[in-house]
Amino acid sequence: MEKDKLIRSGEFLIKETSASDIFIPEEFNEEQKMIAQTCRDFLAAEVYPAIPQLEKGDRELMKSILKKSGELGLMGISVPEEYGGFGQSFVTQMFAAETTGAGYSFSVAFMAHCGIGTMPIVYYGNEDQRQRYVPKLATGEFLGAYCLTEPGAGSDANSGKTNARPSEDGKYYILNGQKMWITNAGFADTLIVFAKVENDRVLSAFIVESSWPGVVIGADEHKMGIKGSSTAQIFFNDVKVPAENMLGKRGEGFRIALSILHMGRIKLGANVLGAAKKSITDSVKYANERKQFGVLISSFGAIKYKLAEQVIRCYAAESAVYRVSKDIDDMMEILKAEMPDKGRAAIEAISHYAVEAALLKVAGSEMLDYVVDEAVQIHGGMGYSAEMDVERSYRDSRINRIFEGTNEINRLLVSDTAMKRAMKGEFDLFGPAEKIYNNPDESVEKLQDNDGYFNRKKKMIRNMKKAALLCIHGATKKFEKGLVNEQEVLNNITDIMIDTYLAESLALRVEKREGMKGTDPVYRDIIDVFVYDAAFRVRKNASDAICSFASPDEAGRLLEAVEKFTRTDCLNVKDARRRIADKLIADNDYKF
Amino acid sequence: MKILVCISNVPDTTTKIKLSADGKTIDTAGIQWVINPWDELSLTRALELKDDPAAGVTLVTVAHVGTSSSEPTIRKALAIGADDAIRVNAEPADAYFVAAQIAAVLEKEKYDIILCGIESSDYNGSLTGGIIAEFLGIPSVSSVSSLRIENGKPVIVREIDGGKETLTLPVPFVAVVQKGIAKEPRIASMRGIMTARTKQIRVYEPVAVNPLTEIVMYEKPAPRAACKFISPDNPAELIHLLQNEAKVI
Repeated sequence: MEKDKLIRSGEFLIKETSASDIFIPEEFNEEQKMIAQTCRDFLAAEVYPAIPQLEKGDRELMKSILKKSGELGLMGISVPEEYGGFGQSFVTQMFAAETTGAGYSFSVAFMAHCGIGTMPIVYYGNEDQRQRYVPKLATGEFLGAYCLTEPGAGSDANSGKTNARPSEDGKYYILNGQKMWITNAGFADTLIVFAKVENDRVLSAFIVESSWPGVVIGADEHKMGIKGSSTAQIFFNDVKVPAENMLGKRGEGFRIALSILHMGRIKLGANVLGAAKKSITDSVKYANERKQFGVLISSFGAIKYKLAEQVIRCYAAESAVYRVSKDIDDMMEILKAEMPDKGRAAIEAISHYAVEAALLKVAGSEMLDYVVDEAVQIHGGMGYSAEMDVERSYRDSRINRIFEGTNEINRLLVSDTAMKRAMKGEFDLFGPAEKIYNNPDESVEKLQDNDGYFNRKKKMIRNMKKAALLCIHGATKKFEKGLVNEQEVLNNITDIMIDTYLAESLALRVEKREGMKGTDPVYRDIIDVFVYDAAFRVRKNASDAICSFASPDEAGRLLEAVEKFTRTDCLNVKDARRRIADKLIADNDYKF
Repeated sequence: MKILVCISNVPDTTTKIKLSADGKTIDTAGIQWVINPWDELSLTRALELKDDPAAGVTLVTVAHVGTSSSEPTIRKALAIGADDAIRVNAEPADAYFVAAQIAAVLEKEKYDIILCGIESSDYNGSLTGGIIAEFLGIPSVSSVSSLRIENGKPVIVREIDGGKETLTLPVPFVAVVQKGIAKEPRIASMRGIMTARTKQIRVYEPVAVNPLTEIVMYEKPAPRAACKFISPDNPAELIHLLQNEAKVI
C-alpha cells in the first residue's frame, strides 16, 4: 500500500477506511493456519498436561517446555531469517501470539522471551550483538528477560535508580541497582537492562548475561495468578558489562523501552484473544452439560446473555487486532524500503501505531477480564473450585490490566498520543473538532430509511466519533495545556475512541466477510448489539466529559448534540443475544 | 526402503456432524479437516524409521485420494515431515474405489511398505488396506502395533486374540496399523511448515473404477430418552416396566 493511503495512528477518528483495505482473520492463509495449529498442538501436548506441576512452581519444567517450543521453531516466528528465525509477517506473529495466549502461565513466559526478551536486540542491536545473541534466543538455547521496572520506578519508568558507571579504561560499564517483577528471572540467560549512565537524565539499555559475576536473582514472588511463570527481583552488584553490550546509543534506552512496550502492548492484545476463546469454550461446554431445574443451564436467557456478551466482546477486539496488525505490516514494508536498518524500520512501524497499541491493550485486557469473570459465574460453585480451568483463567487474566503499562497509563496514552500527533501535524484532528463543536447540528449524519445495512452502521459510528471530536475541542479549549492533568476527561475521550475503533473494525470485518462468504445474520447480530451498547457508553462518556469542562449554558447545547450523535436503531437485544448464544451453544465451541 | 503412508482427510474428531435435509450428504460447512488420527500415527512411525539410519528408510511419501480441497491436509503431512506426496484427483467414493486408486498408483511408483490406518475416523470401514493388497497381490498384515526394520528386514508385531504375534515378511506389503504404532503424532515444526510449500505433490487422474457401494442415507442416533428412577422399595414397578414398557423380560 502507498504511504499516503495508509492510515496514521489515531487518524481513524477523522478518516474513513473501506472494508477492502483491512485484513480480517477469515483471510488467514494455509501456512498461517498451520502455524497456529502447531501452537495449539504444542499447548495440548506439552503445556496443558504440565500445568498442575508448573503451578506448583516447577521452574525447571517451565524452562524445559520453553526450550521445546524453541526446538519446534516457535521462538523464531518474529525473528528475521538472517538471525536464525522465520521472519514472519506481523499478522502471523499476532496469530501465533493469539494462539499461545491460551497457554496460561506458559504464555506469559513464552511471550516475555519472544517479545521483550528477544526483540530489543533484533530491533536495536548492532550486527555484532544480533549475531551473538539473536540466533540463540530464536532457538531457545538462551532464554531472555526484560528488566525495566524498579521498586521506585513502575509507571514512571524513567525515574529508575539503576546506574551504569563507565570503567576508567572505557571497556566496561559497572552496573549497580535493583529490578523487580522480572518475568523469566529465575532462568533467563540474557537480560535487557535499563540503567542511567553516570548522571544522565534518561536511560540507556544494556544486554547483560545472568551468568556474569554480580548478577543476583531473588526468590520467586508469590503471585495471585500466572503462578507457573518465574517472577523475581534481580540485583546488580558491580556487574562488569562490556561496553560493546550497550544496546542502541547512550541515552536511547527510554526510547527503546517505550517502543518495546508498544510492541508488548499490541501483542498482549492478541494474546488475550486466545485466552478469551479458551474461556468462552470452557463456559459453553459447561453450560451444555450442567442441568438445573431439569434442563441445561445453556437454555436459560440469563446464561445466554453472558455467553453472547463474551462472544461479542471477543469478536470485536479480534476484528480490531488484525486490522491494525496489517496496518503495521504495510507500514513496515514502506519503512524497510526507506530505512537502511530493517530492525529499526520494523520497530518504527510498530511504534507508529502507538495509539492503537495502547487502545487494544486496554480493550483486550478488559475484554478478557469480563470473559473470565462470567466464565466463573457460568460455572457457579464449580467456577470457584481450583479443579476447573476457569478458576485459573480468572486469576491469570488479572495481570493483563497491570503489566505492559497499567491500563491507567495506557488510557491516558490513547487520547493524549492522538492529540500530540495531530499537534505535530501528522493529521488534522483539531480543525474538524472545532467545526463539530461550533456547529454540531450540521455535522450530524441523519439516518435514512434507504441507508443500507452497513452504510447505516457506519453513519452511526461516524456520529459517535464526532462526539469524541466535540469533547476533544471542548476539553482543549477549556484546559489548554492543563488537559494532561484532567485524567478523567482524557479517559472519557479514550473510552469513546475504544468504542468507535472496535465498532468500526467489527463492521468493516463483517462487511468484508459477507463479500467472501455471503450473509450470515448472526454476525450482523454481533454488530447490532455492539453498536447499540457502544452508543450508550459513548453518550455517557461524552456527557461526563462535557459536564466536566463546559459551562452550564454551553453544556445544554453540547449534551443535546451528543444525544443526536449517539442515536441508534431500536433493537431487540434480547433476541439478538440469544441468536449469538445459540450458535455458540450449537457449536459447543468458539467458532466465530 | 521406501514407505508410502496412505492418509484420509477427515472431520476433526470433535466436529458435530450435521446432515443435509434429505439425509444423503454431510453438511461440510464449518468443518475443520484433519489427517485421520490412525494415518497420522502411521506417518509418525514412518518418519521415526527414516530418522534412524539403521532402518535404511530413504523416502516417506504420503498418498491421498481426494480433490484439491484436501491439499491443506496433504501440506500438513508434508510439514510434519513426509518427503513428498501423491494425490489422486477424485472424490473418495468408497473403500474399494480408494483402494483401486492407490493400487493404480503403486503400479506406477514402487514402494516397499504401504501403511494404512486401521480405520478412518469418519466411516470406520477398516477396509482400504486389505483391498489395496488384494489388488496388488501382495501380503497384508492387520492390527499392526509395532513396526521395526532390523538388518533390512521388516519386523512386525500385531495384536491377536489374547496376545501378540511377531512376524516378518518380504516387501512389498501393506501394514494396517493401529494405535501403539507411535506414541504421539508429531507436531509440525516451523521449519517443516516453511519447507512444506517447496515439496512436490504429484497429482494423478483417477482410473475408471465403479464404487461398490452407494450411500442411500445417513441417520443420527436417536436422542437418549430420559431416565426413569424407581424406588428400591418398589421392585414390582421395575418388573412391570421392564415387562410392559421396555419389553425386555
